[in-house]
Amino acid sequence: MSIMGTRVVRVEDPVFLTRGATYTDDLTDERLTGALHLTLVRSPIAHATITSIDVEAAREAPGVVAVLTGADIDLEAPLLFAGAPKQMVRPWLATERVRFVGEPVAAVLTEERYQGPDAAELVDVDYEPLPAVVDVREALKDENLLFPDAGTNTCSVYNKEDPDPDFFADCEVVVTREIINQRVAAASLETRAASAAWGDDGRCTLFVSNQNAQGARDEVAGWLGVDASQIHVILPDVGGGFGAKIGADPEFALVAWLARHTGRPVRWSESRSENMTGMVQGRDQRQTITIGGSRDGRVKAYRLDVIADAGAYPRLGVFLPVFTRMMAPGTYDIEKVDSRATVVVTNTTSTAAYRGAGRPEATSAIERAMDLFAAEIGMDPAEIRKINVVAPEKFPFTTKGGVEYDSGEYAKAIDLALEASDYATLREVQKARRERGDAKQIGIGVSSYVEITGGGAFAENASLEVHADGTALVWTGTSPHGQGHATAWAMLASEQLGIPVDKITVRHGDTDHVPRGGGTMGSRSLQTGGVAVHQASLELIDLAKARAAEILEASVEDLEVDTANAAIVVRGAPGSPTVSFAQLAEREELKVQTVFDGKKATFPFGSHVAVVEVDTETGKVTVERIWAVDDAGPVLNPLLCEGQRHGGIAQGIAQALLEEVVFDPDGQPLTATFADYGFPSAAELPSFDLVTMETPTPINPLGFKGIGEAGTIGSAPAVQSAVVDALSHLGIRHIDMPTTPLRVWEAIQDAVKEDG
Amino acid sequence: MTNVKVDITVNGRTTTDDVEPRLLLAHYLRENLGLKATNIGCDTTSCGACTVLLDGESVKSCTVLAVQADQLAVTTMEGLAGESGDSLDNPVTAAFRAEHGLQCGFCTPGMVMAVTGLIAENPDLDERAVREGLEGNLCRCTGYHNIVRAALVAAGKDPDAEQEIEAESDAARTAPGFSAGSGS
Amino acid sequence: MIPVGFDYARPDSVDGALALLAEHGEDATVMAGGHSLLPVMKLRLAAPELIVDIGRLRELNYIRVDGDEVAIGAGTRHHDVETSELLATEVPLLPAVARTVGDPQVRHRGTLGGSLAHGDPASDLPAAVLALDATIVLRSPRGERSVPATEFWTGVFTTAKEPDELIVEIRVPRTGTAGWAYEKFTRRANDWAIVAVAVVDGRVGLVNMGSTPLRASATEAALAEGKSIADAAALADEGTEPPTDTAGTPDYRRNLARVLTRRALETAAGR
Repeated sequence: MSIMGTRVVRVEDPVFLTRGATYTDDLTDERLTGALHLTLVRSPIAHATITSIDVEAAREAPGVVAVLTGADIDLEAPLLFAGAPKQMVRPWLATERVRFVGEPVAAVLTEERYQGPDAAELVDVDYEPLPAVVDVREALKDENLLFPDAGTNTCSVYNKEDPDPDFFADCEVVVTREIINQRVAAASLETRAASAAWGDDGRCTLFVSNQNAQGARDEVAGWLGVDASQIHVILPDVGGGFGAKIGADPEFALVAWLARHTGRPVRWSESRSENMTGMVQGRDQRQTITIGGSRDGRVKAYRLDVIADAGAYPRLGVFLPVFTRMMAPGTYDIEKVDSRATVVVTNTTSTAAYRGAGRPEATSAIERAMDLFAAEIGMDPAEIRKINVVAPEKFPFTTKGGVEYDSGEYAKAIDLALEASDYATLREVQKARRERGDAKQIGIGVSSYVEITGGGAFAENASLEVHADGTALVWTGTSPHGQGHATAWAMLASEQLGIPVDKITVRHGDTDHVPRGGGTMGSRSLQTGGVAVHQASLELIDLAKARAAEILEASVEDLEVDTANAAIVVRGAPGSPTVSFAQLAEREELKVQTVFDGKKATFPFGSHVAVVEVDTETGKVTVERIWAVDDAGPVLNPLLCEGQRHGGIAQGIAQALLEEVVFDPDGQPLTATFADYGFPSAAELPSFDLVTMETPTPINPLGFKGIGEAGTIGSAPAVQSAVVDALSHLGIRHIDMPTTPLRVWEAIQDAVKEDG
Repeated sequence: MTNVKVDITVNGRTTTDDVEPRLLLAHYLRENLGLKATNIGCDTTSCGACTVLLDGESVKSCTVLAVQADQLAVTTMEGLAGESGDSLDNPVTAAFRAEHGLQCGFCTPGMVMAVTGLIAENPDLDERAVREGLEGNLCRCTGYHNIVRAALVAAGKDPDAEQEIEAESDAARTAPGFSAGSGS
Repeated sequence: MIPVGFDYARPDSVDGALALLAEHGEDATVMAGGHSLLPVMKLRLAAPELIVDIGRLRELNYIRVDGDEVAIGAGTRHHDVETSELLATEVPLLPAVARTVGDPQVRHRGTLGGSLAHGDPASDLPAAVLALDATIVLRSPRGERSVPATEFWTGVFTTAKEPDELIVEIRVPRTGTAGWAYEKFTRRANDWAIVAVAVVDGRVGLVNMGSTPLRASATEAALAEGKSIADAAALADEGTEPPTDTAGTPDYRRNLARVLTRRALETAAGR
């Protein structure tokens, strides 16, 4: 019986549920014996020049081994995004100017963990405040520059062509609106952490919490000016990433440098308050959406103009508007699509990837646009989507953004979601409530989405070895941090070889064992790394057959795998001699190494229907139910796949309702703890209704697409749309995310005022 | 600052040490005893990753001083794993595995202990009681869906039936007279 | 994070605690459950030199009927208030309010006396105690005195308690079957109230509508005059000076106070 598509419980869990996982801060690795603890002194001011730093008192504090400032560090300050102006480098420790609250200014190394904060308090830094640039439009004026040498706050412009004034000329109806896709925090439960130790061989072992060991190695080596072979990156268990742990943090290299400088291992693990200003944040686009079409519901033209906030030091966030532009038309077949984006620096935390990374911003924009257009012409939001989605016979479909969608049945996904939610009845209930004038109204939101998975690195490697004891070992270049690759990759090998899942060990995240690898990001893992394991299994079978042919005195063509016994047998000859993979391994190493290259991205899609209740007297929104169709092709393990969808849906709801990173006009963060940041608990969320739909991609032999980010991309616009829908009878057409009680109540007050 | 001697029974074993009064119980467990299942996820008593049982009741060990636990009994997730230290016979940890109630695992030890404490106080849990009972434990991976199911299973409930009841009660509230769609 | 270092004492009696407070003056800080104090110490917003831990004093941990009142030891934990069968019968508002404090873990540690002494205008129990017309009993080496709840909170995080005094008891009138309700408005279950309203027996306490917990006296007066619930509730924000933060503007809080008061009064009327 095939193991594919079955609910195999995770092989990771027994340790996680007994001794607990081993995260970077948990390590007792002997290489870290005698490690110093790093505490960073961070800027309390968003924008200032540093007039002096006095570390003398701190040096005298108990347990202090060293206190260093930027002047002590002999490394060139790195540019964290290659495409940004070269002046926009981030100092290792700020010496002349600080550009965001939380920027490291001094490094304190102590013998004991508890001594660090005591000594750090004694570092005396004098700041001369500068005007803070917090708003992107303010940044665009270039009046106050973060990097005067660069001469501008703009770090990237995508599409410099002026918009065509006649773009919407043939449209009967045109609607335009500025909307905000707010900044959010990835808020992985494990904060950032790194530990480094240099060996007598001159190599550095660097333990980090990250989504890609090989990428982190290359970046850190580059920053330190050493060969990549000198850095051995090991990822212990990683407590969540959600995109924010893609790429090395400069702190990683600082830890390695400090370990080399002091000749002792160094450990660093940040607090949550540091994390909420220090770790990269996501989204943060100000979007102008313009949509035009005819009164019969056909959308003809769509334009998306983006101003994105890179934060103080340009990082991956500078690139993400590229994804937003690629995905601008969403699931819709629109004749004319135009987009442009400008990315600016501000005196805030740097931005980078967060679950969806550029695609949720595109989806939210087009979905808001569709709702606005539907409201303008008086059409049902579900109907307008079905009229405009790409027809199934058009795949592969090349969009006006030049992107080739591989496979999809967008209208079917919408229909499934509508059917599951009994959409027509929901509308009747809504109508009845409106007629009664209830204080608590319901709203129904429909989203249709398509996204890119495996969008950056199309290839991934895997090695597979069967041992003489019948066990197998897989090394993968992916880097799970909760996704369950140890279980899923074992299933893929088990399916072909017949070796039970509990006898297959999957390892990852060690650059000495897997020198090349793309890590886990962009929902790429299954469609690249998983398929590589599948391919490795087939190659191992070929190898085994070639060897078995001699032993069994049969031709390779007559051999097949007996998965019940993990052995090679002669086809159609029951009772004839067989040889197991283990026996073959006993004679000679049985190992393959392979690379699978899908050469293209895949495009999962789906549709969500959300029902919210809005208390019109208080503005409180409660998500009552959400039905999700998330089609990422065939499902390898429904348990894991559903888990990815659940988590994604929750993060989308969280963005729609609760979460926002807020800075005051001086650049002070107002959401720097979990007490202030709107991270939802179980009490704010419902259970989720998942609807199954599986449309394979032709891009890989198993038809897999990625599922990691789909839930987030589909749920946020559905919930936001539901909130607006609940209030549409008051004339409300849009409320920015997060639709907090305050914001909803104020929108109602404004609507009532206008009406009166 | 004078150190204070503490005697704390942890997972049934007596432990003793001279500690700084400011030493947090979470750090006592992790650093002094090497019990690293208990994680620290925030500094505002918000996330619950550090939840342990103190004399049988759930507390956040980042907001309890080791000296406050002197002469008391602490149970961490390691304490549910039997003498061998690797047993999944415990109904809560077993349910977390069966229901896929964990992904990255960071919130898990705290969630497991919070659920353990919740069931000890109220064995007759329904979905709403679980959700409200876990309001002090944050998870970023699971959306709580499967954590709630795991808690229900550990409490001896049928999670499918309980989720259906909760969905219908939502429907009854939001849409009287309307039976919610089938879902799946 | 990690608090600044301090010395620690765990006296075995209230008298012992009072003696330490008298000896160390403002350098000493009392800790019961520690769930208001330790969080601010961890963020290094407070750095006492001596912690006097009264968390285990059994003499402060009781709930008993005393004449027309229920006497509650100041060291009684939120969890014990929440689950008290005696309070469920005699003062049902109080367990209902205690149940909304923090989360289960916090309620296993935090105490009634600690919450009142901390004096956070956004916390639940002070407004409930205020609406209940309770009395707060303070003890010092100079003796014992009772302060009506209406006079206890004097400003943001400040109270009528002298530095050498301890709250030892809270005396709450037995409201029995009188109508009551608690309407707490938050974004997340675990958040502090944006606004909350405690109603019992025609009295109304407001959470987070000013620098201290407040009584909605205009509403109470209107009710006493026989005005309708809707009319009385419309006055709930009179005389308040609600704060501004990311969760709410003063206007928004005023609206919440009126809406929640109306709802609480309606619920109370139905009980």
